[in-house]
Parts: sequence; structure tokens; C-alpha cells
Amino acid sequence: MATQSGEPGGGEGGLAIDPMHQFEIKRLINLKFGGLDASFTNASLWMVIIVAAVALLLLSGSSKMIPGRLQSVGELAYEFIANMMRDILGESGRAFFPFVFTLFMFILAANMLGMIPYSFTVTSHIIVTFGLAATVFLGATVIGFIRHGAGYLKLFVPSGVPVVLLPLLVVIETISYFTRPISLSVRLFANMMAGHTMLKVFAGFVVAMGVLGGWIPLAFMVALTGLEILVAFLQAYVFAVLTCIYLNDAINMHH
Amino acid sequence: MPQLEFSTFSPQLIWLVITFVGLYLLMSRVALPRIGGVIEQRQSKIADDIDAAQSLKNETDKAIAAYEQALAEARAKAHTIAQETRDTLNAEVEAERAKVDAEIADKIAKAERTIAATKTAAMKDVRQIAGDVAGDIVSLLTGSKITKAAVTKAVGKAAGQ
Repeated sequence: MATQSGEPGGGEGGLAIDPMHQFEIKRLINLKFGGLDASFTNASLWMVIIVAAVALLLLSGSSKMIPGRLQSVGELAYEFIANMMRDILGESGRAFFPFVFTLFMFILAANMLGMIPYSFTVTSHIIVTFGLAATVFLGATVIGFIRHGAGYLKLFVPSGVPVVLLPLLVVIETISYFTRPISLSVRLFANMMAGHTMLKVFAGFVVAMGVLGGWIPLAFMVALTGLEILVAFLQAYVFAVLTCIYLNDAINMHH
Repeated sequence: MPQLEFSTFSPQLIWLVITFVGLYLLMSRVALPRIGGVIEQRQSKIADDIDAAQSLKNETDKAIAAYEQALAEARAKAHTIAQETRDTLNAEVEAERAKVDAEIADKIAKAERTIAATKTAAMKDVRQIAGDVAGDIVSLLTGSKITKAAVTKAVGKAAGQ
């Protein structure tokens, strides 16, 4: 794996562009927090930018009876998530609305801001998406046990199944439950990383093929950029939907 | 692959917690109550307006019904008044006509009587005059006096025929 020493992107070679270089973490301010490395990195900077961007979008709008443009955007986001939660969780999910909304807006802003050239995509790092997914997983599990006590374990025992098959199915259900945070985090991380890597590779082709041949990969890049913007939204939505489904399992225990 | 450099995990996680909690607090304390409040306010305003419009519509319907009833009543009343007036007028006209007819009949009878009387008187006078004239003529022609009674008798005989 790449180490700090190499500078693969910097170009004496010119055409040797490392598509993974864009994901590198650079420490901007070295900080320590109780023995842990808490340096302010380029990832931290973009996290702060995400918070600022979301806050700007949702707080700088007016709060009038007839909304302006910015206020409409905020209300659109609010109602989008509120309707999605009502569809999946019913009225019992009201308490988790701020969390799911924050999660959706954070991931959406991270994915969208990552589309800006020379920016950094926070969600292209597995540790970040895993941190979010683990929070959702642990939160849903704790809520499930608080709401249903030991009865929450019934989630692993499917009803209406022959007794012979039951041990096997319990094992499968348990594995599928514990792989939830992994699938949730890897889905987002892999989508972001693959998309950005692909854009970088095609961008390298544009440069390598020059003025004559470079138009073909450039056209591909334009199409890919559109696709990536769609993916950026879709992955944020999928993350929020799956969070709601896991919360629904914990609260209503539909099975 | 920079994603698997474990040394970058702790700063990323720490800053993820800081920024995510910050965003959560900002959303749950400030942004969402504000947006939700506006949406709720708008919905209740719309519901209120629809209610007000509905009640106004009901009032209008009631007013229209009352107006139509009043109109129907007035029309019926006008009809009766007209009928009554027509009846009274008819009766009056009838009475007047009967009176006038009676008067006319009376006058005609009176006039006929007067005519008859005048006629008899005239007839009487005519006989008298005829008698006188006849007597005068006879006396002038004959030169003899003739009695009045004879003349009257002769005239009566001639007129009687």
C-alpha cells in the first residue's frame, strides 16, 4: 500500500497519474487528544465544510409563509426525509427524525461536495462510512433491546419455519444481522471510491491522448460526472433508507 | 490504498464525531424546529382558511335560501293581493254597472212615459186643431155656422175610420 514517502501524483513523469492520490489524508494541523492522533486533516477540513454548507443551506433561508428558493430547498429536504420515515417507520419514528435527517444531509453534502474538482470526498474512506454505519447498527441494537428486552432476540428466529431448519436459519439470520454495518459502510465507500477513481482514470486518458484523441474520454467523463451526481444522491438516500429499515426492525420488530 | 492506512483512522473518527455531533445539534435544535414550525404553521393556516371558506360558503347558502324563501313568499303574497284587488274591482264594476243599468232602465221608462203622454196630448191637440180648422174651413166655405159638436163628431169619424 502507498506510504507517506512517495509522491505518486507529482509529475516529473507527467502522464503517470495515480488515481488513488486523491484519497490521501494530509495532516494540516498536528493535534493530540489523550494520546490519540487527532490531527486536523484535509478530511477534517471537508467535514467542517460539509457542516457549514448544510447549515448555510438550511439556516440562511427565510421562514416565511410563502417560501423563497432557499427555504423551499430546506422544506423539500425536510419533507423528503419525513415522508420516507413515515412510510417505513410510521409515527413511531418521530424521535429519530433529527438523526436520520442529519445522517442523510451529511452524506449527501459529503458526496456532492466531493464532486467539485480538487475537493476531498469524506465518504470515500471506509473508516468514515464504517463509523456512521456502526453508529446506526449499535444504536438500532440498543434501541431494540431497550424496547423489547430479551424479546428482541426473536428477530433471529423466523416464524412459520419447520423446527428442523430452525438452527440453520438462526445462524443465517444472525450472520445477516451482524454483516449489516459492513454492507452499509462498504456500499457507500465503494461507490464513492470507484466513481472518483474512474473519473481520475478517464481524466488521465484525456491528458494522455492529447488534443486529437482526448475528446472521447472527455465525453465519457461528462457522462460519468452526471452518473456520479446521481450516485451521490442515491447512496445518501440508500443509507438513510437502510437506517430507517434497521430502526424499524428495532422499534416495530416486523419480520 | 490511502483508505487502509490505520494511522489516519483516529483523526478521521475523532473529527467525524465532532462534526457529526455538531451538525446533529444544529439540525435538531435550530434548523428542523424552524422548518417544521413553518410547515406546520402553513398547514394549519391552510386548514383554517379552508374552514373559514367553508363556513362562509355555508352562510352564503343560508342567505341564498332565506332570500329565495322570502322571494317565494313575496311572490305568493303579491299574487293574492292582485287576485283580491281584481276580485274587489270586478265586484265594484259589476255593482256600478247594475246600478247604471237600473238607472238607464228607469230613465228609459220615464222617457217612454213622457213620450206617450206627449203623444196623447199632441193627438188630443191635433184633433182639437183639426176640428177647429175644419169648422173654420166649413164656415168659410159654406158661410154657415156649424156647431162644434158636429165638427168634432165628423173629425172623430174621419180620424177614427
